[in-house]
Amino acid sequence: MSVALHVPRYADAPASLVKLAKAMPRAGLETAFDVARDDLIAVLTELRDKHEYQQLMEIAGVDFPDRAERFEVVYCLLSLTRNHRVRVHVATDEVTPVPSVTGLWPVAGWLEREVYDMYGVTFAGNPDLRRILTDYGFEGFPQRKDFPLTGHIELRYSEAEKRVVYEPVSLPQDFRTFDFLMPWEGPEEYKLPGDEKAAVPPAAPPPPPAEKPAAKKPARKPRAKKS
Amino acid sequence: MTDTRTEERATKRKVEVNVGEPIGHPRDPGDDKISNYTINFGPQHPAAHGVLRLIMELDGEIVERVDPHIGLLHRGTEKLIEYKTYAQALPYFDRLDYVSPMCMEHSFVLAIEKLMGLEVPLRAQYIRVLFAELTRISNHMLQLGSHIMDVGAMTPNLWLFEVREDTMQFYERASGARMHANYFRAGGVRYDLPPKLLADMSDWLDNRLHLFEDAISLVADNRIFKQRNVDIAKMSREDSIAWGFSGPMIRAAGIPWDIRRSQPYEVYDRMEFDIPVGTNNDCYDRFMVRVEEVRQSAKIMRQCLQQMPSGPVATDDRKVFPPSRSEMKQSMEAMIHHFKLYTEGYHVPAGEVYVATESPKGEFGVYLVADGTNKPYRCKIRPTGFSHLQAMDFMMRGHMLADTTAILSALDIVFGEVDR
Repeated sequence: MSVALHVPRYADAPASLVKLAKAMPRAGLETAFDVARDDLIAVLTELRDKHEYQQLMEIAGVDFPDRAERFEVVYCLLSLTRNHRVRVHVATDEVTPVPSVTGLWPVAGWLEREVYDMYGVTFAGNPDLRRILTDYGFEGFPQRKDFPLTGHIELRYSEAEKRVVYEPVSLPQDFRTFDFLMPWEGPEEYKLPGDEKAAVPPAAPPPPPAEKPAAKKPARKPRAKKS
Repeated sequence: MTDTRTEERATKRKVEVNVGEPIGHPRDPGDDKISNYTINFGPQHPAAHGVLRLIMELDGEIVERVDPHIGLLHRGTEKLIEYKTYAQALPYFDRLDYVSPMCMEHSFVLAIEKLMGLEVPLRAQYIRVLFAELTRISNHMLQLGSHIMDVGAMTPNLWLFEVREDTMQFYERASGARMHANYFRAGGVRYDLPPKLLADMSDWLDNRLHLFEDAISLVADNRIFKQRNVDIAKMSREDSIAWGFSGPMIRAAGIPWDIRRSQPYEVYDRMEFDIPVGTNNDCYDRFMVRVEEVRQSAKIMRQCLQQMPSGPVATDDRKVFPPSRSEMKQSMEAMIHHFKLYTEGYHVPAGEVYVATESPKGEFGVYLVADGTNKPYRCKIRPTGFSHLQAMDFMMRGHMLADTTAILSALDIVFGEVDR
């Protein structure tokens, strides 16, 4: 794969990052580390104080429903002096809190509130963990993959009641989502209906008559090549 | 303006102050205690720059605490993007910071290109830089104008809107839309510029920007303007860094941090420009940093116009960028590519990147997680104003109620971006 040269170019990762304790480097285009929940504060403090990553630019949540710990919280740090960016990933589930970094960066307050609002990830130690972007009295966590795109509640102005009323969402047409993926271009796990039969070893065929295998073989071979 | 709903909370936080015995008047039961009171600023307020609800606790006219309530413009952009192909997701970015649409697109297309390892022709890079800087001027015209108006002057805003209208017309001539351009695409830009546009832009830079200089000359040394802005909302360098400031806000603190210079993208490394910094880090410095940025942007635009090479404006990789209309009339292959691109879209290899560019407001980043399909798995948008607005409480404490508008204007908040 070629490399895009016109994207923001910053310095190479400082060599000292190799010695970062308690952090597993993550493969990818950018410097990133996987960190256990309990080590998060220690690692981020080390990054800030020893490796000069002064700014916390972003905390992003990501939801992977298939994993045992489904949520990933991503801290994007920026070093103004070394001109480098690094990401720190930590995993959690619906009930386990992540230690809050509001003690390290005051900017984390709202960033953590947003992750809580969108994913329901709690942060132990955040003094003001309220919802931030959703409506007053909103229920559910909208960025979770199992939350429907249309939501559950809609509101409209009711002429009869002379106020805005909340109602359950009613869709005149079913929610449509199109799958444009092509089985020969899509991700590895894409399955065509019927593909699952290929994995099952075929039942032992009845012993064929002596002449037939010779006739069948040439017809089968090109098929196998195509796939 | 007192909100009855917050009265209950206000009484809970009542601070008792004894003002002593009134002289010469019969004692009034209301006189012996002054309680803090809470007011609502917004959500519909002309100086709130959108739908911001500030709950302010006041002691007399001194602001003791501010609790910004945001999210009134939350449209679920990030959720919607997860259900759209990459090309369909792009127009949502115009609608984030609707004051500087093309700079929002810029981060997203760069994130896609970084994941795909896509190369962009030189002319497209120049066009992107040219329009990013035009957008910066456009954004600052609105921002500076409304800042001036928020502290009480009317005329400069009207003059600055003249200039902004010109930039909108350049937008329209390049992309077909005055605001929601959808012009930057992964792999280049959608159309080549019309032939006369570059000459007209050059003319405009020479002949129209005096409106901007005139407007600023009215306020930059104006006594009232300075009284409203100098020494308002001062922040130390350390605080500016800790609160995640970027763009003009961190430069006003005297830190010459500009992503265009430190982490150059496109052809910014070929451009000569200066980075203005402040000394005092108050609202006046933030204002003046933006004023100088407009001049520097004009300088970059002139260099782009001089150096603009000829050539294609988009990659010739037909798996990413559609073929031209005329090609489609001739070639079956082109037709198929077009059909595939506008139904299925292109696939972005699995991976994750955080790409940030210098938008007019500061660092605008996109954290993009791709899973190899034609739709983003996760697209986290790092809005600039979100972090800046969070520091509002920190900056406001101890200031007068009337300073709110000056502080808010100097932050350069647009709610399309903050609320997403």
